[in-house]
Amino acid sequence: MTAVTGTPMLEITNLHASVEGKEILRGIDLVVNAGEVHAIMGPNGSGKSTLAQVLAGHPAYTVTGGSIRYEGKDLLELDPEERAREGVFLAFQYPVAIRGITNAYFLRSALNAVRKHRGLPELDPLEFLDLLAEKLRSIESDDSLMNRPVNDGFSGGEKKRNEILQMAVLEPKLAILDETDSGLDIDALRTVAGAVDKLRRPDNATVVVTHYQRILNYITPDFVHVLSAGRIVLSGGKELALELEARGYDWVHAEAAV
Amino acid sequence: MGSGHVITSADAVQRFVAQFESFAANGGGAAPAWLRETRAAAITRFGELGFPTTRQEEWRFTSVTPLVETPFVLAPASGPMGAPASPGAATRLVFVNGRFHAERSALTSLPAGVRAGSLAAALLGEDASLVERHLAQHAGFAESAFTALNTAFIRDGAFVHVPRGVVLQEPVHLIFRSAPGGAPAVAHPRVLLLVDEGARATVVEHYVGEAATYWTNQVTEIVVGDGARVELVRLQQEGAGAYHVARLHASQGRDSELRIHPLAFGGALARHDITNVLDGPGAELLLNGLYLLGGRQHADHHTVIDHAQPDCRSHEYFNGVLDDSARGVFNGRIIVRPGAQRTDSKQTNHNLVLSEEARADSQPQLEIYADDVKCTHGATLGPLDPKELFYLQSRGIAPAEARALLLYGFGAEILGRVQHAGLREQLEVMLRERLATGGGVEVAWAP
Repeated sequence: MTAVTGTPMLEITNLHASVEGKEILRGIDLVVNAGEVHAIMGPNGSGKSTLAQVLAGHPAYTVTGGSIRYEGKDLLELDPEERAREGVFLAFQYPVAIRGITNAYFLRSALNAVRKHRGLPELDPLEFLDLLAEKLRSIESDDSLMNRPVNDGFSGGEKKRNEILQMAVLEPKLAILDETDSGLDIDALRTVAGAVDKLRRPDNATVVVTHYQRILNYITPDFVHVLSAGRIVLSGGKELALELEARGYDWVHAEAAV
Repeated sequence: MGSGHVITSADAVQRFVAQFESFAANGGGAAPAWLRETRAAAITRFGELGFPTTRQEEWRFTSVTPLVETPFVLAPASGPMGAPASPGAATRLVFVNGRFHAERSALTSLPAGVRAGSLAAALLGEDASLVERHLAQHAGFAESAFTALNTAFIRDGAFVHVPRGVVLQEPVHLIFRSAPGGAPAVAHPRVLLLVDEGARATVVEHYVGEAATYWTNQVTEIVVGDGARVELVRLQQEGAGAYHVARLHASQGRDSELRIHPLAFGGALARHDITNVLDGPGAELLLNGLYLLGGRQHADHHTVIDHAQPDCRSHEYFNGVLDDSARGVFNGRIIVRPGAQRTDSKQTNHNLVLSEEARADSQPQLEIYADDVKCTHGATLGPLDPKELFYLQSRGIAPAEARALLLYGFGAEILGRVQHAGLREQLEVMLRERLATGGGVEVAWAP
């Protein structure tokens, strides 16, 4: 495990959140440091996706208690776009189609918003294309999606590949992958997860939210946490994921209840 | 209007009949005998039909009361105009108040045999018999008061003829500029576009004007020959006080391809009637429109796609953006005649309604009399999708910018179907500026 000094990248304390008046998260505690990969696992309805959405600032979710500190700042004080500019990235479980806007135009708009915030000059279309070519190479992808409208008519695999491409371009410090493996066949999973693994750096962190263990074959986690009924009920190393794969989730509830 | 006197529809009809008598007595410009007869029949029909009312199904959502109550005079031959704002497109016919304006027009680089010029001249020149065969033969006036009124006052407009097999590479721009002076005026410009067998043409019809009260009552007839390919951008950017009533009638021959892009951005009140007859087997039509309305603007599109022959395809897309207290009306009628087997027809109408006071009405009307057909239609209406907004925000884009991006995308989805790359890019720039400023934006091709 990485030896850590100073402020953690992400520090979630006793987080409670609800949607439409229904409490989903009931006291999450989690610390993520730079360089680490954390897997959040759990059965359907355990609150995994809610946690991911709350981190990104989705307005449908209300935080009713607890705190989230990101690089020492109060994350909950920041609007979704400010979180993104500060380096938080959510790879969506269901990426949204934007009709009429090409992927290239969208990506450049997003990158320039982030660059402006970081005090870097905005990129013109040609400079952007150079950067894009380099990013595509880094994740071993091609530019076939670039001139199509964002996610419009994309296959499941193309949508997920597109999320990872956005991640490569925006260079987040904290990437949250929300069920990025869902709906992918084994080849698509290898491509997408392989790309995520290539983006790992000592100064960034990744939170992989998943129901299944298989994506963790490609992105090896440092920690695995099991979420149940809105709380982390069990944490361990990467071997915990294999155990969950073999035994299912029921035994965790049983142990947690003890 | 004015001091306590209410102008009734009958008064207004009488006024136009009197105007016609004076117009006809002055010869209405030099005109051949057949045209004088057509005009006389048209004003008679106009007198019988009178102005439509909202009690008529076709006009249920659109009141023409301002057209009845404003004492319009026939637009003068020219009016005050500023200096040209731009050098203009290479091939352009400019019309001021419906009359050809030679000094502002330019006709370079037309291939041999192609005619593009004033209809007034074509009526008397060597194309006279061709014009006689087609003018007022396609857009019938028996059922339309406004087409009847336009036909009664036919004097000038654009005549474009691309003969068999000729390929017109660069677009021909037809620019209709209103320059009203003094009293509110009405112009009745006419367009006749004939593209013969195997020929190709790209045409832009563009309507622009000042902020004054005026009325453009326009009719276009298009005949697309067998195997011909035509793309028409129809850009309505009338001034803020303008009324625009337009009828477009197109008929297509065997295996022809017609792409029409009606873009309605301007005017206070606009009504666009578009009829397409797929009159030869294997013909293909794209009818691809966008309306962007704000303030108290009202725009109504009534379209008819008539599948008269088998194996034809029609794709109709209309997107509308309605802000403030604007109102958009879309009525899309699709007729599949008996025997028009293997028709493939698709219609969508999407409306973004951005304010509580804005309103969109969408009505599909399918009349299918053949059994082996594929017809789909769909309509949506609502505000910007919060899921799309959040997705953009989650990538660092501020809400205001995200909204602008989504609006642009909604319009660009339509503009992206313009095949001519140069036109498409100019229209995209125009859309971006229009969304940024909220006002009218001049495009570079219109001097």
